Amino acid sequence: MATAHAQLSPLSEMRVKEYPRRYPWRWVAAIVILALVGWVIWTLAGADIVWAHVLPYVGMDVFVQAAINTLVLAVASQALAIAIGVVMAILRISHNPVARTVSIVYIWLFRGLPVLVQLLLWYNLALVFTSIKLGVPFTDVVFFSAPTNAVMTPFVAGLLGLSLNESAYMAEIIRAGINGIDKGQTEAAHSLGMSPMSTITRIVLPQAMRIIIPPTGNDFINMIKTTSMASVITYVELVRAANMVASRNLEVMETLFAAAIWYMILVSLASIGQYYLERMFTQSRGPGLFASVWRSVVRPPMARVKMERIQADV
Amino acid sequence: MSEAPILREEPLVKIRHVRKSFSGTEVLRDINLDVHRGEVFCLLGASGAGKSTLLRAINRLETVDGGEIWVDGMRIGYGAHRDGVRALSEREMAGQRRHIGMVFQRFNLFGHMTALENVAEAPRVVLHRPAESARREAMRLLADVGLAEKAHQHPGELSGGQQQRVAIARALAMKPSLMLFDEPTSALDPELVGEVLNVMTELARGGMTMIVVTHEMSFARDVADRVAFMHHGEVVETATPDEFFTRPAHERARQFLARTDMGAAARRRPAR
Repeated sequence: MATAHAQLSPLSEMRVKEYPRRYPWRWVAAIVILALVGWVIWTLAGADIVWAHVLPYVGMDVFVQAAINTLVLAVASQALAIAIGVVMAILRISHNPVARTVSIVYIWLFRGLPVLVQLLLWYNLALVFTSIKLGVPFTDVVFFSAPTNAVMTPFVAGLLGLSLNESAYMAEIIRAGINGIDKGQTEAAHSLGMSPMSTITRIVLPQAMRIIIPPTGNDFINMIKTTSMASVITYVELVRAANMVASRNLEVMETLFAAAIWYMILVSLASIGQYYLERMFTQSRGPGLFASVWRSVVRPPMARVKMERIQADV
Repeated sequence: MSEAPILREEPLVKIRHVRKSFSGTEVLRDINLDVHRGEVFCLLGASGAGKSTLLRAINRLETVDGGEIWVDGMRIGYGAHRDGVRALSEREMAGQRRHIGMVFQRFNLFGHMTALENVAEAPRVVLHRPAESARREAMRLLADVGLAEKAHQHPGELSGGQQQRVAIARALAMKPSLMLFDEPTSALDPELVGEVLNVMTELARGGMTMIVVTHEMSFARDVADRVAFMHHGEVVETATPDEFFTRPAHERARQFLARTDMGAAARRRPAR
């Protein structure tokens, strides 16, 4: 033992030059990927599209207004969906079997039907109900009455179709959030004499937000894209605007690309919003959005280059 | 039961013929106990003896299958209705629970609030105290448990012992007439047990009525006025700590004590 140790020790104390690890296959992979990307760009450049027309469309009044309409419908639908979702989630975990059943059937129905079908059903409601009345059933008392066609505008039909579908998903997201909070929190609130309502609104939901926000953010990004289906019921959002312009000048791809750019802008904005919302509900504040993007994307390779340079200098 | 005939006012807590089963297993069998105002009462026994279930039944975090529990003249879980009584809703139960403080094994502090907000929350929401006076009172309570400088920290930034002290302050903020402790030191690292027991001892000296489920035999011996020993859902022995730790009457109690440090100490003592 002693001799082996004696033989090893001078070796470990010797100055041996160390080289950085090598990554030959990374270079190969990078070259192949760049070649493929180049090929895609070259193909698109050679396509029969007037690229110079795409950007002006993005700034065109029709498209700006359509982008605003898209965002308004998405925000309104998501907001209504969250409100209905909270109610449905609370019904779902209620001890009242009727409330529970209603919630289960609601989620089953509105999650099960395709969004497009729901949009068309709402939009065509006038075919089965000529007017919409609000009053006391079985009496002549009517508070409000209007022809269905006047109420069920493309926006209202879009709002109902999108939000009712989304509310079924929100109910499940919120239920999962509530269930994710330790039972001890509820018991502690109850033991202090807090009512069931205060317990859920002041103790459980605020803590469930951390669980609820990430999937809700994803759903909102989905919602922005799903508004494109409202083009079918003549709501002038980005896809319909693109089609309207294209029907006059036949630049179908150019206008669709302009719509696509707008979607990417809206989705990127939503992602940034989601990041800050998540940060607001987590106690440990990490670095800011740009700092963390910088760190994860830019810094490691740079750091590695620096490290290699340092090692090369040794 | 070897209850001494204490001639005092009406007991603060009266437990009469309380029974409970979990899916066929009886966890509480005909429990009868009195706890008097200002008394510190320790519930002892092995795990699964029913101590925690009994404690949780006192503020109805656990319902019971039979019997009655009275606290400070309230029949727990029931209110007067016509010529009889009616089970209370959860909402109505809140009115009874606010007079009974509870401290949990796992602290259960509200994770999204600072220590100060944890303590001030219930007085504000339940008693509708103005925010400023609730905060001032909360600050005073935190100072009492030695945590004034931690007032603005979140539970995640506090040690277990500190969290449990905040939890005690939080329960006291409701000015309860009875405090329940459900194994308050069982989830703590050994070196943090002392600080929590000190706060509890201080509270006991102040005259608070306390029912404590604990495995801390030294606390039971030094601080309790009476102890009850539970085994398989029954209270098999109620005694003063002196009697219980030196001459346990029941065979099961002797076996239980033999397995604790206290029992070992008691066995060694005569030999010296």
